[in-house]
Amino acid sequence: MSERDELRLISDWIPQGATVLDLGCGDGALLARLRDERAVTGYGLEIDQDNLAACFEKGVNVIEQDLDKGLGNFQSERFDYVIMTQALQAVLRPDAILDEMLRVGREAIITFPNFGYWRIRAYLGFKGRMPVSSALPYEWYDTPNIHLCTVADFQAHCRRNDIRIIERTVVNRQHRSGALTRLWPNFFGEIAVYRVTR
Amino acid sequence: MPESIPQDSVGLVQPRTLHVDQSLELECGRVLPAYDLVYETYGTLNADASNAVLICHALSGHHHAAGYHGPDDKRPGWWDNCIGPGKPIDTNRFFVVCPNNLGGCHGSSGPTSTNPETGQPWGPDFPMMTVKDWVKSQTRLADALGIAQWAAVVGGSLGGMQAMQWAIDFPERLRHSVVIAGAPKLSAQNIAFNEVARQSILTDPHFHGGRYYLHDTYPRQGLILARMVGHITYLSDDAMRMKFGRDLRSGRFHFGFDVEFQVESYLRHQGETFSRNFDANTYLLMTKALDYFDPAREYDHSLEKAMEQTRCNFLVMSFNSDWRFAPERSREIVNALVQAGRDVSYAEIDTPKGHDAFLLPIPEYTKLFSAYMGRVAGEVAAHV
Repeated sequence: MSERDELRLISDWIPQGATVLDLGCGDGALLARLRDERAVTGYGLEIDQDNLAACFEKGVNVIEQDLDKGLGNFQSERFDYVIMTQALQAVLRPDAILDEMLRVGREAIITFPNFGYWRIRAYLGFKGRMPVSSALPYEWYDTPNIHLCTVADFQAHCRRNDIRIIERTVVNRQHRSGALTRLWPNFFGEIAVYRVTR
Repeated sequence: MPESIPQDSVGLVQPRTLHVDQSLELECGRVLPAYDLVYETYGTLNADASNAVLICHALSGHHHAAGYHGPDDKRPGWWDNCIGPGKPIDTNRFFVVCPNNLGGCHGSSGPTSTNPETGQPWGPDFPMMTVKDWVKSQTRLADALGIAQWAAVVGGSLGGMQAMQWAIDFPERLRHSVVIAGAPKLSAQNIAFNEVARQSILTDPHFHGGRYYLHDTYPRQGLILARMVGHITYLSDDAMRMKFGRDLRSGRFHFGFDVEFQVESYLRHQGETFSRNFDANTYLLMTKALDYFDPAREYDHSLEKAMEQTRCNFLVMSFNSDWRFAPERSREIVNALVQAGRDVSYAEIDTPKGHDAFLLPIPEYTKLFSAYMGRVAGEVAAHV
């Protein structure tokens, strides 16, 4: 799934005029899109200087803040939505950040690469090597993705921690959510997109 | 001045003076019946006066922010790194205005100017100024220049505090507030350092209760000490280690109290240069303005409530080695703005240069500052 498809998927879930906090907002593309299409207000958090500059240029509110240090500076239920795209697997404590997202926001939207995807299973199963793919383009030694999980892992975590899944979209490589991804998402889904609440 | 004026310099500039006949009611309860504001401008004001940027100066600053006054100038204005063609505050796009604050000693009404009631220098009788008073006085300059709304009000340190106060007191008169290396109020430690600086001036035998002009002298030693202690707080431990380490001037110990370490030599030099160019009464007044700054005070001590008054966009920037106004202090400002639901962006620059970093050409800082001001300029263009 391309980044643009992912942004479209997420922005379809966000109602007009919502308040949003985007964790690891990158160059601010999602926030700019939500602002222009849905009159959404909010902030992005980011630590990369080039991304900060890109957000400044777009006129997107961005705050330099390390997600691993938590969201303690934001009051509870300050936002309608807290979004984190493709970053859950890269933080020190995904469980803690998930809790924080659901404290600061009424709902959280999370996307992550599904490590249970059949190609990844095959890569590891047949090659016996750590999977490298377009969704996971790093070698084992330099990857920022330190907490990879599968669709099944994530859902088990939600069950154990009383996190309610409102909506789920699991898509394959062709950005489609077809019969196979619906039937067996943990096998045929490459990217998982969840909307959750507590 | 360098042999030829650099391409990215605003070039030769001249200060101008605005005489304001309208009285200014001050926070301390006193009234300035009339006053002068000396200021410089760079760039060209556009037809609808929408491209004006106000620069607010810090403790020892003045109106000469960029360019050169003449061929004999050794150095350009104090913020020449950030103001000029192609620089973050791009004079090809903005009309830049920088006044000297009231109470200053570079041409605006202050302790060294003449008190019309006595015909003598004001000295210690010049009224105590606050950041709020300065901002109010600056609105008169904006009026005189035909600027209803600044594209941005920008400042570092005490200048950043003025940019913040502008946003709170005159929310409709600016579109962006840029607060660099600032703080929402001084800490006890900040005030303590200021008090040491003040005491060194106040106890200098040449101070004469602030009327040293009449004795044809000035509290040189007090000013030197004040600047030395101040200067330590502007640099970081790392910056001092890198710049001086424990280097000795002559390579060996002399077992005496003359200058031995390079850092001693540097501090004395800084203090002496400063004492020749700055007025002691102004220094006292400026440090008090810093101490008094606390915009939340008017709003039940809630910075969030204070920020609810604002309407503009904010850029807040800090430097990770700044311990005078550390990044945590800038984050207090950011958090209050987020709570108030205001538009704010924040960047923390990684540099060992300490508080003084806001004056320096640090690539990462320049890049982010330029990116933000580029957006401000883009809005001006769209606005026309």
